[in-house]
Amino acid sequence: MQKYSAPTNPVAGKISIQNVTKVYDPDGANVLALDQCSLEVEAGEFCVVVGPSGCGKTTLLNAIAGFHDITSGRIHLDGELLCSENQMADPGADRIVVFQHGALFPWYTVLENVIYGPVVQNKMTRVQAEEAGKGLLGQMGLTGISYNYPSEISSGMRRRVEIARAMMNDPKVLLLDEPFRAMDALTKSVMHKYLLDVYDLSHKTVFFITHDLEEAIFVGTKVVVMTTRPGRIKKIIRVDLPRPRDYRVLSSERYRELKMEALDAVHEEARKAFEAGERELA
Amino acid sequence: MQPVNIPQKKAEGNIDIKISSAQVMAYRTKLWFASPTPYLMFLGLGAFIFTWYILTEVLRLPRFEKLPGPAVAIKEWLSPDPTYGISIYVGEYYQHIIKSIFRVLQAFGLATLLGVPLGLFMGWKKKFRDYTFPILETLRPIPMLAWVPLAILMWPSREMAIIYLTFLAAFFATTLNTLLGVDSIDEVYFRAARCLGSKPRHIFFRVVVPGALPFIFTGLQISMGVAWFSLVAGEMLAGEYGLGYLIWNSFIMVQYPNIVIAMVTLGFIGWISSAIIRFVGSLLMKWKVREAAL
Repeated sequence: MQKYSAPTNPVAGKISIQNVTKVYDPDGANVLALDQCSLEVEAGEFCVVVGPSGCGKTTLLNAIAGFHDITSGRIHLDGELLCSENQMADPGADRIVVFQHGALFPWYTVLENVIYGPVVQNKMTRVQAEEAGKGLLGQMGLTGISYNYPSEISSGMRRRVEIARAMMNDPKVLLLDEPFRAMDALTKSVMHKYLLDVYDLSHKTVFFITHDLEEAIFVGTKVVVMTTRPGRIKKIIRVDLPRPRDYRVLSSERYRELKMEALDAVHEEARKAFEAGERELA
Repeated sequence: MQPVNIPQKKAEGNIDIKISSAQVMAYRTKLWFASPTPYLMFLGLGAFIFTWYILTEVLRLPRFEKLPGPAVAIKEWLSPDPTYGISIYVGEYYQHIIKSIFRVLQAFGLATLLGVPLGLFMGWKKKFRDYTFPILETLRPIPMLAWVPLAILMWPSREMAIIYLTFLAAFFATTLNTLLGVDSIDEVYFRAARCLGSKPRHIFFRVVVPGALPFIFTGLQISMGVAWFSLVAGEMLAGEYGLGYLIWNSFIMVQYPNIVIAMVTLGFIGWISSAIIRFVGSLLMKWKVREAAL
């Protein structure tokens, strides 16, 4: 296999979010989940959205993915309109979601999961896809599990396979919805390293949602702090820590400065959320 | 086409291993025989038959003295020249069995062919479900015996009426379980499938069908059970041949050991048919078989 060359300038995957508002109306009482959010995510940027539970992070991700509509505003992907007040986005292989609790199909083997996208889109024959899928799993350090079912491998492994399944489609954007939330600290740190490797070498646009601030600064290029409901964008912090990053970054002076800056912004929101008695929603 | 550039790691001599279901099953069977389970099962069965024997043939307690005991029934069952005309050496015995199996197969097959697609479709398409669900829910709780007069009026022959009754019971069980099976599929799999570029037909065949399979097979087992139940009821009322007919006829003709023979035969065939369904299910749901092994 060829050695991977330095990332070229990414050309695709610019998300432009303009004045997006979302009102939920499940029982007659209008709940303002997102209020006039505007955000530019450059192509190839690792954008992390942090905020207290129930701040509308997932609502924003679902709008981009095409699972929910928005009440007003518009979202563009590479200049093309994804969704607006009268148009819901169509889910598609250019924006692949990695879900909070994982969504590998339990009835398919690891390999069958990985090749799902190209096969249903008719981009490859099954034989070609299996070849490519095995190659990709090998490159991602996931050998020896192709014919196992998801229930037979560890949760960290499952999440890696899910990222591989996403990458198999060569998406413009990876949407990650708190993918490491339920993991123990050790597994989590391995997963961070893994995700950073994938990012450093593929340079996909990543839209990552979390409520873990340290995680956000460690992995992100840009950290977006959101307010508690109604969700607004409170602060955008540019993370200029050098890449490739590893855990040593966590003890650097710059990391601590950035963390303080973010903490100041988050703390106020967290307190508000706590006082509002918000239950864990997201 | 190379999908994407990704960090390259060295494979550490790991080879992907394919394990066949047959291997898994053989291994499982070996473990089963090594455990106390099969021996305890035989012991339990033996104790049951022994108690029955003591009550009916040794102590001959009141209320039990008229019942045919196991020794009498077994002797009759194995006799080349049976007193009441039914034993493993008599062709008529097999005629009853084959007739009943044939009826159940027709009814169960039809119920599966119609019930599974109907249930899948009801679960998948909200609008279709809104139309059909109330009909299903009103007809389903009606006991099969209540259908007997209408079934006789509806169909030109008794034979068809019996099959219709058997079909009806199986059909409701299958449809409802299939529908619940589709409902049981987590929304996240539908979302993931759409993200990965699925068209509706892919979602149907690659998410709805496999996702509902565990419930479908539970439903088929229930459906097989109620099919036998309805069949026997139908045969008692309006049959000519069949195990249900044999039971009722033996009662009227005071040939009591035949009742026990027919009942045990029914139990045995019912058990075999359930086992066949479970086996087919485990072939179609390898992921469940493996999951259970963990």
